[in-house]
Amino acid sequence: MAVALIPLAYLGVRTVEAGGDRIAAELWTERVGLLALRSLGLAGVVTVACVLLGVGTAFLVTRTDLPGRRLFAVLAALPLAVPTYIAAFAWVSTAPRLAGFWPAALVLTLCSYPYVLLPVAAALRGADPAQEEVSRSLGRGGWRTFTAVTLRQIRPATAAGALLVALYVLSDFGAVSILRAETFTRAIFVALELGFDRTGALVLSSVLVALTVLLLTGETATRRRGAQYAGLSGARRPVPRLSLGAARWPAVSALVAVAVLALGVPAVSLGRRLAAGTSRPGALPEVLAAAGNSLTVSLAGAALTMVLALPLGLLAARAPGPLTTALDRLAYLGHALPGVVVGLSLIFFGINVAYPLYQTRWLLALAYATLFLPLAVGAVASAAAQSSARLEEVARSLGRGPWTVLRTVTLPLILPGIGAGAALVFLTGMKELPATLLLRPTGTDTLATELWTSTAVGAYAAAAPYAVLLVVISALPTWLLVARSGLLDKEKRS
Amino acid sequence: MPVTHRATSALLTASLLVLGLAACGSGGDEKAGSDEQGDKQITVYSGRSEKLVEPLLEKFTAQTGITVQPRYASTAQLAAQLVEEGDRSPADVFFAQDAGALGTVAKRGMFSTLPEATTSQVPQTYRAGTGQWVGVSARARVLVHNPDLVPTDQLPKSVFDLVDPAWKGKVALAPTNASFQAFVTAIRVQHGDARAEEFLAGLRANDPQIRDGNGKIVEDVNSGIVAVGLVNHYYLGEIAKEQGTTPEELKAKVHFFPGGDTGALVNVAGVGVLNRAASDPDVQRFVDFLLSAESQAYFAEQTFEYPVISGVPGPAYVPPLADLSVPEVDLNDLDTLDATVTMIKNSGLVP
Repeated sequence: MAVALIPLAYLGVRTVEAGGDRIAAELWTERVGLLALRSLGLAGVVTVACVLLGVGTAFLVTRTDLPGRRLFAVLAALPLAVPTYIAAFAWVSTAPRLAGFWPAALVLTLCSYPYVLLPVAAALRGADPAQEEVSRSLGRGGWRTFTAVTLRQIRPATAAGALLVALYVLSDFGAVSILRAETFTRAIFVALELGFDRTGALVLSSVLVALTVLLLTGETATRRRGAQYAGLSGARRPVPRLSLGAARWPAVSALVAVAVLALGVPAVSLGRRLAAGTSRPGALPEVLAAAGNSLTVSLAGAALTMVLALPLGLLAARAPGPLTTALDRLAYLGHALPGVVVGLSLIFFGINVAYPLYQTRWLLALAYATLFLPLAVGAVASAAAQSSARLEEVARSLGRGPWTVLRTVTLPLILPGIGAGAALVFLTGMKELPATLLLRPTGTDTLATELWTSTAVGAYAAAAPYAVLLVVISALPTWLLVARSGLLDKEKRS
Repeated sequence: MPVTHRATSALLTASLLVLGLAACGSGGDEKAGSDEQGDKQITVYSGRSEKLVEPLLEKFTAQTGITVQPRYASTAQLAAQLVEEGDRSPADVFFAQDAGALGTVAKRGMFSTLPEATTSQVPQTYRAGTGQWVGVSARARVLVHNPDLVPTDQLPKSVFDLVDPAWKGKVALAPTNASFQAFVTAIRVQHGDARAEEFLAGLRANDPQIRDGNGKIVEDVNSGIVAVGLVNHYYLGEIAKEQGTTPEELKAKVHFFPGGDTGALVNVAGVGVLNRAASDPDVQRFVDFLLSAESQAYFAEQTFEYPVISGVPGPAYVPPLADLSVPEVDLNDLDTLDATVTMIKNSGLVP
């Protein structure tokens, strides 16, 4: 848990250092109020849009007879592999006048709706059809059954996805910077770029922490009021699919349109840049070395994150209580902080506490763990919640020790969750830029840093291959996540 | 079929863990920054882009046998990193985009004083009065313009004319850029705070086109989206290079404000040597190499900047540095960043 506390402790130290007057001067301004409102507004708009898009797509691919639904399931999840800075850059290259709040909301929605889609699709597939059948047999129509039963069944999954989206939007810098949406994160970066004002940037970050606590408290409050929706019957059976009839082609067109906006625009734009520019990337070994570094640091980050997330996720699922909730919420704080702030906090930690680790891959892996812990905890907790604790109790009653039970019963049960969590952290680590720039070992280039290096001097054609490789490598874990949600399963024909 | 999934996921997880741990194991010992002097190895924190600097570093290594461990990030990030690292920084040299960042690190007492023989090659305006940093290449502020949208005879005589309503919506700015900030500081130094505040308010009221960086401004002016923009002169070189052409062939042209106008400020990219490397001969050779005729010619030809030592010609598409009527501002006076930053923030040009 100490991992999540490093940035908080650092912010605390630096904010106190700044002194009361400085904090007041920095924070009690109209500008800060406006920025906070705009950040929350952007998070709100994007979250709502992601929930609509994510739940709608999930329903279409899991519950209807949509043609090509497996293909659409993969296409709909793929935007996870596209970093927001690439997407925003592609949009600006395509439509140069695009700027401000709404374009930023559009790009962020297109990049982050899979965070809602994946858990909701899994929940829709896993839900017990008996509840819907009971509802219909009691006289409710299709639509009322959907709103009263189905939506409630997937509510925990929707809320978890929505929370990740909201926090992601609060911390994102790529899209808001390129599209010039004036949010809190952008103000933090401006403070740092303008006058190299570290203190100002960190004082502003503490507000971001406060906003996050607010969000988390809100989410926890609604969560408590939600009841558990256990299955009525023991055995799982597939849910019957809704026949779309004449509505199938509009539905297909809508999904195609989303895929074109989320994937087509970046692909075409990168292709055009590649064709138009004359700069070229480094030799093949250089590109491969960057890809290798990206892979190893992201894998190390994923491994470390999973090791840290496992006890936390198990605790959240098996021993719920106020303390567990507090720990779980704490893990989310790092996810809402901009990468540069987490990066600076780990420099502080590395220099003052763990000097032998400073500028090694270990510290970078630790940064990824700090940033992406909630992605992993969520995956482990939901897998643990789905597997019955009774199996563990039976094993204990048969004389197995607690460690043996953990090793032989619990871990195998939640392995799919561990896999999904690791894939998600790996994917996000591949895309991470600001913390990677600050913490990577000197001389180590990754795909993301190479991309940054090239675009910073306008060498867009040189940047394109790195971007393509980044998306292609990330597509692999994305496919795995889709497979894990059961979206690719062949149905049993009855 | 959950069983198959479980098996796949288990396999993936196992391989992730193994690979990840292997990666960590092999990555533990690559930290740069040995403390030995004259060990033919130096660590350079470069706020200048890898694309521009790497060929130069390769030349240096080929000539001297000294290997360079470069660490690339934005100048602002590296300045923050250095200040956070303090005395335990593994860096030997900070190669920064602009004088302001060098001043920030120098103020923390982290730089050692460079030998007189090194600094005296560079005109006084382009180095620290204390000898703690030295400029290695110079860049001029210019007005980039699109002749289709603004005829050459209608170009403003002074940067202050841009607040005129005639320019409403036509001027592109990158107010978060360090060069813009140095330019505003120069206005404060030359004309006082009140004039600077008035100028920023005027720009703001004139509905400026805000961009993320200078490169984007040059692109947009070149393609006719914006009429004019305030940038550094060498960005035209970069954009032309990417488009496979020369700066002369671009639609966009540079305009130097005449008569010593603050809009024609000349700033530098430069280096400072961290205290730990004060007496390291390898580091000294590196600084001298950057000021050698060969490196200076590289800056002129490859990065389109002005050399800072005499006798090396500048880039072809701009008049020589000596012919510019540069405003009378000492770069050492540009270290009052805080006040400038507050002013830019209050102006509403940045979030």
